Amino acid sequence: MSEALTFNYKIDGDDFTRAGEASSSVKNKLKQLGLDSDIIRKVAIAMYEGEINMVIHADGGSITVTVSDSDITMVLADHGPGIPDIEKAMQEGYSTARPEVRSLGFGAGMGLPNMKKYTDEMHIDTVIGQGTTITMKVHI
Amino acid sequence: MKIKDIYELPDCRFLVKGDPEREISRVFCCDLLSIAMSKAPAGGVWVTVMGNKNTLAVASLTDTACIVLAEGVSLDDSTLAKAEEEGIAVAATELPVFDMALQIYKAGDL
Repeated sequence: MSEALTFNYKIDGDDFTRAGEASSSVKNKLKQLGLDSDIIRKVAIAMYEGEINMVIHADGGSITVTVSDSDITMVLADHGPGIPDIEKAMQEGYSTARPEVRSLGFGAGMGLPNMKKYTDEMHIDTVIGQGTTITMKVHI
Repeated sequence: MKIKDIYELPDCRFLVKGDPEREISRVFCCDLLSIAMSKAPAGGVWVTVMGNKNTLAVASLTDTACIVLAEGVSLDDSTLAKAEEEGIAVAATELPVFDMALQIYKAGDL
């Protein structure tokens, strides 16, 4: 593979029944590309957590995944409320999810920590009232 | 242990058979999807009371071989159809999570 491949997804807000479709699609595409299953698992977990966060907190957004020879880059952009305290948000167990979200099994405060744990690079760019863009890289 | 060996357990009924020859790696119990997402082992049997569409999404992304729904929990038909499509086995039991997981663990010598 010499040219980078790019996949774009639009994530619907507040539709839990469809959350995960973009991550599943990326997982299947990476499988078809013959990538190592550990790398696919990392990308799938990190992207799913991000996708769920967008649905829970930001009324959806967009995800762009780029696959090059050296890494997989995921850019998750939303126009949600922004993250007031990134340091707090990165702590395992800290959550601002609503009770109905928790009753579905989410909102344990593991999303951002999992995203960091399963990627080699992660950068959060957030502006209160305007939105958040998270860039994650998994090295191949 | 293979998926088909779990078919034999009397307290467990299969809603989606999955791949009978698929090898099982471990048994895993968790009801918080956020934790299951990071901890569910590839090729594992995941015993849970959390039965919604997202359970299947997490199973699919973590490469779980079989979901076992405990305490009489079920999944709707469209989610079961999706599991069929993705080749993930789904079973249901009236037993609590621990009892079911222990049965599978013992049967499989895992």
